[in-house]
Amino acid sequence: MSWIDIGHIDELPLRGARLVKTHIGCIAVFRTAETEVFAATNSCPHKGGPLSEGIVHGQSVTCPLHNWVFDLNTGEAQGADDGRIITYPVRLEDGRILLDDSAITRRSAA
Amino acid sequence: MKQRLVVIGAGMASGRVLEHLTDAAPGAFDITLFNVEPRGNYNRIMLSPVLSGEKTYEEIVTHDDAWYAERGIACRFGERVSKIDREMKVVEGANGHVPYDKLVIATGSNPFIIPLPGHDLDGVIAYRDLEDTQQMMDMGPGNKVVVIGGGLLGLEAAAGMAAHGVDVTVVHIMGHLMERQLDEAAGYLLKKSLEDKGIKICLQANSKEILGQDGKVRALLLDDGTELPCDLLVMAVGIRPNTALAQDAGLATGRGIHVDDQMLTSDPDVYAVGECVEHDGEIFGLVAPLYDQAKVAAQSLMEEEAAFAQKTLSTKLKVTGCDLFSAGDFADGPGREDIVFRDPSRGVYKRLVIEEDRLVGAVMYGDTADGSWFFGLIKDGTNIDEMRETLIFGPAYQGGDTADPLSAVAALPPEAEICGCNGVCKGDIVEAINAGAGDLGAVRASTKASASCGTCTGLVEQVLQVTLGDDFQMPTAQPICGCTDLTHEDVRRLIKGQELKSQAAVWQELGWKTPNGCHVCRPAINYYLLADWPLEYQDDPQSRFVNERKHANIQKDGTFSVVPRMWGGITTPEELRAIADAADKYNVPTVKVTGGQRIDLLGVKGEDLPSIWADLNQAGLVSGHAYSKGLRTVKTCVGTDHCRFGTQDSTGLGIKLEKFLWGSWTPHKLKLAVSGCPRNCAEATCKDIGVVCVDSGYQISIGGAAGMDVKETELLCQVPTEDEAIEVVMAVTQAYREGGKYLDRLYKWLGKVGMDWVKAQVVEDRENRAALVARFELSQSIYRKDPWAEHVKEKAQTYAPIADFTLEAAE
Ligand SMILES: Cc1cc2nc3c(=O)[nH]c(=O)nc-3n(C[C@H](O)[C@H](O)[C@H](O)COP(=O)(O)OP(=O)(O)OC[C@H]3O[C@@H](n4cnc5c(N)ncnc54)[C@H](O)[C@@H]3O)c2cc1C
Ligand code: SF4
Ligand code: SF4
Ligand code: FES
Repeated sequence: MSWIDIGHIDELPLRGARLVKTHIGCIAVFRTAETEVFAATNSCPHKGGPLSEGIVHGQSVTCPLHNWVFDLNTGEAQGADDGRIITYPVRLEDGRILLDDSAITRRSAA
Repeated sequence: MKQRLVVIGAGMASGRVLEHLTDAAPGAFDITLFNVEPRGNYNRIMLSPVLSGEKTYEEIVTHDDAWYAERGIACRFGERVSKIDREMKVVEGANGHVPYDKLVIATGSNPFIIPLPGHDLDGVIAYRDLEDTQQMMDMGPGNKVVVIGGGLLGLEAAAGMAAHGVDVTVVHIMGHLMERQLDEAAGYLLKKSLEDKGIKICLQANSKEILGQDGKVRALLLDDGTELPCDLLVMAVGIRPNTALAQDAGLATGRGIHVDDQMLTSDPDVYAVGECVEHDGEIFGLVAPLYDQAKVAAQSLMEEEAAFAQKTLSTKLKVTGCDLFSAGDFADGPGREDIVFRDPSRGVYKRLVIEEDRLVGAVMYGDTADGSWFFGLIKDGTNIDEMRETLIFGPAYQGGDTADPLSAVAALPPEAEICGCNGVCKGDIVEAINAGAGDLGAVRASTKASASCGTCTGLVEQVLQVTLGDDFQMPTAQPICGCTDLTHEDVRRLIKGQELKSQAAVWQELGWKTPNGCHVCRPAINYYLLADWPLEYQDDPQSRFVNERKHANIQKDGTFSVVPRMWGGITTPEELRAIADAADKYNVPTVKVTGGQRIDLLGVKGEDLPSIWADLNQAGLVSGHAYSKGLRTVKTCVGTDHCRFGTQDSTGLGIKLEKFLWGSWTPHKLKLAVSGCPRNCAEATCKDIGVVCVDSGYQISIGGAAGMDVKETELLCQVPTEDEAIEVVMAVTQAYREGGKYLDRLYKWLGKVGMDWVKAQVVEDRENRAALVARFELSQSIYRKDPWAEHVKEKAQTYAPIADFTLEAAE
């Protein structure tokens, strides 16, 4: 694994998200608590809703288009809905947000 | 020959090293001990009880003169070591050299001083040693002190001084106190207890400058212009390992002095312990690990085998009456599950964080009796799967049921107001029940509670249930969402009655079952708080649906639509040109005239929003709030200006209304229209509020809709003048804002409270009408402004990605 510094935690609103643009699509980076971040694909498996625009609560995000709720730990849709988003390793070090480079480079997991 | 040991720093860590050494191998070393402070080792963490007056300095001395004398330790107190010469193996003190065979560096850390202008004024201090403590103890009633930093140290300093009657204000940059150890809910409870002790607390406050007079501190100036006068300013914003000496001597340092598991530095004859070291990437700020380090260092000096390992830490705050406990890791990391328990009546909050059947973190406030049990489970990595269901109730718990959903109501004090219309408090209702009122009707008859608008019905029923127990059958009510058992109406009343002014307060006092709500309750609570406490509560964009957060409507393809306001549907050639230019410049695919008499630019990219707004602002155009649960449009006809049937200036009134009402938030969207005569070209009778002009004045009707439901308005009243029409419209809007359930259109609210009630409130009772208008205007003093201009100025960068890797050349 190699980590890429994408910014400072203070650039993310508490219980909000921002985008990381990559050649393989947009990644949403979520701040769920003062010092807690998650990363996942920005696109909702239902109809492509932008998850970075959703309401962030607990360790979940609600898609802004039709309210599917995803657990950011596992990426699984909660409740009756069936679907999954890809999550990426991300961590905090001294306030810097470090994203695993698998999130931004085209490299098959094989 | 005896080995010569020199120790730099007589603090808590080196104190332990010396104890171990002189106990296990008395006389093995010739020891010299240097210390900058003119005294030996004392229990630094007990400075807080000394400050508050619960202990004296003498009581916290760890090693006195006799102790050092018995062990033959040569004390060089009040003497700073200025240099270590590793080649010659000597340290240089102010009063001469001392050679060593082995050296221990234990220089602790330095308090961090924010380099604000004025930080070097007299009366600006840190909180680290006895001298600092003494300066704080010199303050008394009549003195004002500002403490920067709402962490452990800052709060202990504040509480200590408050105990002497000092007027203390804590300025903290984050959104809640002790954010490193506590989550929001516990931070909220802590703030409340400290405020009860008379300490003022400013959160999210940025210090800008320290103001002085004649070289002495006078006040702290904040970013927002607030000036906090003070006689003493204490900075408690963190510590930095004191590595200067080691660094000058060429030892390996990072954030701290690098040591291995034996506490050995990069020099085989030099050890380091305490807050000055860095071990395995970590630095230290609590004594528990330092004691472990001290033991290992002593063993290493005696050539015994030992290794230092880091452990999970727990924190307590040494402020009487503030019972908090935090251990392990309650943030960060995948695969975590929360268990939350709140007991509002006792001010208790507990949260456990579980990962893969193990407890990894615990935060507690109010009742920390089980803290060490939880801490044990964390340290030992015990599998808790078996007791997961009851874990939060602690070791004593066996079986039984979960928290009582009625506890929020049970916890209300007798003077808490339940019925706002008739000013009935809980005590009155309980009294009526005890006097024989056994159901809702009887309570209504004897107290009037819930007899008017009726939104407090649910709460009155809960008071019945709490008072009568099983003798009262609760009708089932629909709670807001899975986070609570309370209904919208209950929560609204309780926010008012209990004066809850933050989301954290609502979650805690009303016993929320989740750490911070969900997408259903958050927008509702945010609305209720801003509607009820316009001055005290700050709107939380993160609790809003995307449209209201971004001030534009999201479309199904993720682009946005931009609708500038056209007051009363009137525009000018300049405005139209600016709109056309913007449409060209940002490649807007669709330009549409809306039903609300304005123009919609559809298909704007999210990251272009701030620039298109800035362009439109230039032409004087502002947000049309086409996305908000708030005032949308005031549609008008041309009225007496141009139409031969017109009876009044309907366009002018429409523009005036829109200028009064714009920017206001309401439970759901709010649409108005003004028609110049009963021919009603502006379709005023299917709006939330419609005005139809007639020769003798203005007919105001409310509760129309033209959406999934189509509804005709009902007449509220007719008034003779334009001014009065505006007044009535503002008063109805405010009544709806104060009473409506979130996401109920006005007609639904009307259906619940009834036209008679509305008439009584805004038509008949003139005094009440004026009060409603005054409250509306107060709120509008905050919200009547253009959010686009504000976002362009303050938030533009949040619309762009935080990082963009498509700009870099592809691999
Ligand atoms: C008010 C207060 C309350 C606290 N409360 C708690 C608590 O509740 N729980 C907890 O776990 N921790 C608490 N701490 C933290 C704890 O006190 C420290 O972690 C601990 O004291 C660090 O020990 P140390 O030996 O590394 O450094 P220190 O105890 O700071 O000792 C270092 C000594 O080295 C001397 N020195 C520095 N440079 C030189 C030099 N060049 N020459 C000679 N001497 C030098 C200094 O004068 C100082 O006396 C508290 C701290 C403070 C200030
Ligand atoms: S509502 Fe009456 S005044 Fe207005 S345009 Fe129609 S006919 Fe004319
Ligand atoms: S009527 Fe339906 S399809 Fe048309 S804009 Fe409204 S919600 Fe969308
Ligand atoms: S697109 Fe996300 S829920 Fe429909």
